[in-house]
Amino acid sequence: MTERNRYPGYDVLAKRHSLSWNDATRKVMDARLGVPREPRFLRQMEWDTLVAICERIIPQPQNRPPIPLAAYIDQKLQNDARNGFRNAALPPQREAWKKGLAAFEAEACLRYEHSFHNLKERQQDELLHRAETGQSDASVWSGMDASLFFSEHVMSDIIAAYYAHPTSWNEIGFGGPAGPRGYVRMQNGRRDPWEPVEAGPGDETRVRRENQRVR
Amino acid sequence: MSDDPLITPRAVHGRAPDVFHPGGWVPMKEYPLREPVDFVVIGTGAGGGPLIARLAEYGYSVIGFDAGPYFRPLEDFASDEASQSQLFWTDERLVDGANPLKMGANNSGRAVGGSTVHYAMVSLRFRPEWFRSRTLLGYGTDWPLDWREMWRYYVQAERDLSIAGPVSYPWGPKRPRYPYRAHEINGAAEVLARGAEAMGYKWAETPLATVSAPRGDSPSCVYRGFCRVGCSTNAKQSQLVTYIPRALAAGAEIRDLAMVGRIEVDAAGRACGVHYHRNGAWHFQAARNVIVAGYAIETPRLLLNSATDRFRDGLANSSGLVGRYLMTQSNQAVYGVMDEMVRWNKGPPSLTITEHWNYDDRKDFHGGYCWMAQGPLPVEWSAAMSGSRKLWGARLREKMADYNHQVGLKMVGEMLPHPDNRVSLANEKDRYGLPVARVTYSWHDNDKAMIQHALGEMQRSLELVGAKDIWRQENDTNHLAGTARMGNDRKSSVVNADCRSWDIPNLWICDGSVFPTTGGVNPSLTITAIALRTADRIQMLQQTGQLNF
Ligand SMILES: Cc1cc2nc3c(=O)[nH]c(=O)nc-3n(C[C@H](O)[C@H](O)[C@H](O)COP(=O)(O)OP(=O)(O)OC[C@H]3O[C@@H](n4cnc5c(N)ncnc54)[C@H](O)[C@@H]3O)c2cc1C
Ligand code: SF4
Repeated sequence: MTERNRYPGYDVLAKRHSLSWNDATRKVMDARLGVPREPRFLRQMEWDTLVAICERIIPQPQNRPPIPLAAYIDQKLQNDARNGFRNAALPPQREAWKKGLAAFEAEACLRYEHSFHNLKERQQDELLHRAETGQSDASVWSGMDASLFFSEHVMSDIIAAYYAHPTSWNEIGFGGPAGPRGYVRMQNGRRDPWEPVEAGPGDETRVRRENQRVR
Repeated sequence: MSDDPLITPRAVHGRAPDVFHPGGWVPMKEYPLREPVDFVVIGTGAGGGPLIARLAEYGYSVIGFDAGPYFRPLEDFASDEASQSQLFWTDERLVDGANPLKMGANNSGRAVGGSTVHYAMVSLRFRPEWFRSRTLLGYGTDWPLDWREMWRYYVQAERDLSIAGPVSYPWGPKRPRYPYRAHEINGAAEVLARGAEAMGYKWAETPLATVSAPRGDSPSCVYRGFCRVGCSTNAKQSQLVTYIPRALAAGAEIRDLAMVGRIEVDAAGRACGVHYHRNGAWHFQAARNVIVAGYAIETPRLLLNSATDRFRDGLANSSGLVGRYLMTQSNQAVYGVMDEMVRWNKGPPSLTITEHWNYDDRKDFHGGYCWMAQGPLPVEWSAAMSGSRKLWGARLREKMADYNHQVGLKMVGEMLPHPDNRVSLANEKDRYGLPVARVTYSWHDNDKAMIQHALGEMQRSLELVGAKDIWRQENDTNHLAGTARMGNDRKSSVVNADCRSWDIPNLWICDGSVFPTTGGVNPSLTITAIALRTADRIQMLQQTGQLNF
């Protein structure tokens, strides 16, 4: 996948020792970056399905290390860290994820006679889309509402994990942690020296150099 | 012993955390379990915080209980959305109805200081007519409070919280100058101002509970923009850094990580104390008065969970209204993209406001709404893009890359009270073995008409300033109110104007759940003003021999 990098050279982690980070922030970011990459809560089969789903919900570019999305979902389940509410039509989070992953796998086998993670991207998208729009095969979902599971867990959990990771902040030009220093220049078009510069077509080399100085 | 405030209580052994100094402590009075204290207050947020402080300042013995941790923001708060979910009430609650509410990060905190630790600091007064909306505006129900009296308590609350606001506020009756000057506005807030002017509407800098100049140990706001996940500089004037330190200095005790599971009622039908869970065990604290301030879900849940043979339907519930008339506020938004770099995450998220439709009654629905500028952080923003716009895959990442060009307007709208919107008990139990809350919510025709009106207006405003790629977030709601409404008679309300329950004379409820209607502005300042009034009323009743304890 080739895509225009709007903030070339920007790395929010370069600010780690600046006044934009405090000790509490360094501690939680270290833990985030150090997330174990193997499943602890899910079984291998469930994990394979989850990895494949994450790759479709947020396809990542090839030219950088991917954000390990499945690892964050597994960690959330391992810690049983909940959101504080649950649609009464869904089972508790752990059970919902286990059921949902099993259902995607079962539906893949039923329709395409392959495991979900071995399907073509187009086929995976097709199954995800069926779940999203409530057209999944009810028999394999054993009573769980596929479209609710899709919005409340597949979308929410995976997307939240992606945008909690510094790599995604580089991509969207977010300044990242900002305490205690905060910001000074509040008006439109104004930039603090510790914020990234956006590249227009053609000025990527200059912008890259500027962004490498962002601290 | 662990120093993790989420695991081990900090307010013990005669001292409580000094919120202004890493590792620091301040002295704290402690009361014995068996000897009844004058007041137990359950919840230390927008309502509980000022009550604990004022009652202690009047000389009463007071203990404030909170299920949540006692943070020192300077050392405990990261600049990070994900990990700061430590501020939210994340124990399970079931949601259903035609429009199930989103809870957690969206509307309820659990910490000493309550939801004010992570609220957006918007500090607005009600329109005076809302206190008599039935009589004057033809909808909802009248409050038992007079707006002129509330006006005085708003002044007191604004002073206590050092609200930073404009020199003259464009809507409603005259009010004094705000104690602190208004904050500088950011690019996203300027877009609201330009749009409002293009429509011929007034706008203002939003009155905010974060200081624009130093105050005591609080430095000026540094515009870091993480307010909704906790302020790590202490610029924010949450109850944690305002009323709670005052309460301690006046001799109150705070018990953190102390979940109250049941209010005990004696043979005479009076409240006599609370059972609470702390340090892995249940304890009993005796009290002469119990005040519940746990907000619109936990307050009714506790009252219902405290049912006895005598009060089979829960405490204070002879009207059958505990848990009913739950209200949220519509929080729909319209977003667009500007050519220039806006960087909307700088500064508090809602630096400008227009209350035009709170004060203009030429509309074909009841109630009012305001809208404010927006500046969500990435996780929150991606949730809006995926949840409302249904984006995922490559499209989502592409649209997220416009983050720094994004602007938005978000309404806070008055949903009307309806008895079927309610909190009840589910069969499921939480980690303390207590039945969890079931929260049932459906929008009604008036709510939907208002939302469509607001979306149209906000969209027009963004179009007038040249925003592109405009889209509507149709499904968001936020603040809560109702479930223990105040009123003038015991059949149609749970508490009277003094927040005193009709059924049990020494049981009080003083938080967002007493609202009979919710108005078109954020609720906290009104909750705090009511709490300040309640403390004064208690003192007056006691001095005139009407409390008997
Ligand atoms: C993200 C966000 C932004 C917001 N922004 C604004 C804003 O800008 N302006 C505004 O006016 N409002 C805002 N609000 C709403 C505002 O925070 C609440 O309306 C207000 O804090 C409610 O006050 P309260 O006293 O009723 O309850 P809370 O402040 O929620 O306090 C209740 C406390 O009671 C404790 N508790 C509950 N049950 C028990 C129990 N059984 N035992 C022990 N402790 C218990 C809880 O742990 C909690 O700390 C916002 C809310 C959120 C979530
Ligand atoms: S913007 Fe101001 S109030 Fe908000 S978190 Fe930062 S310092 Fe605190």
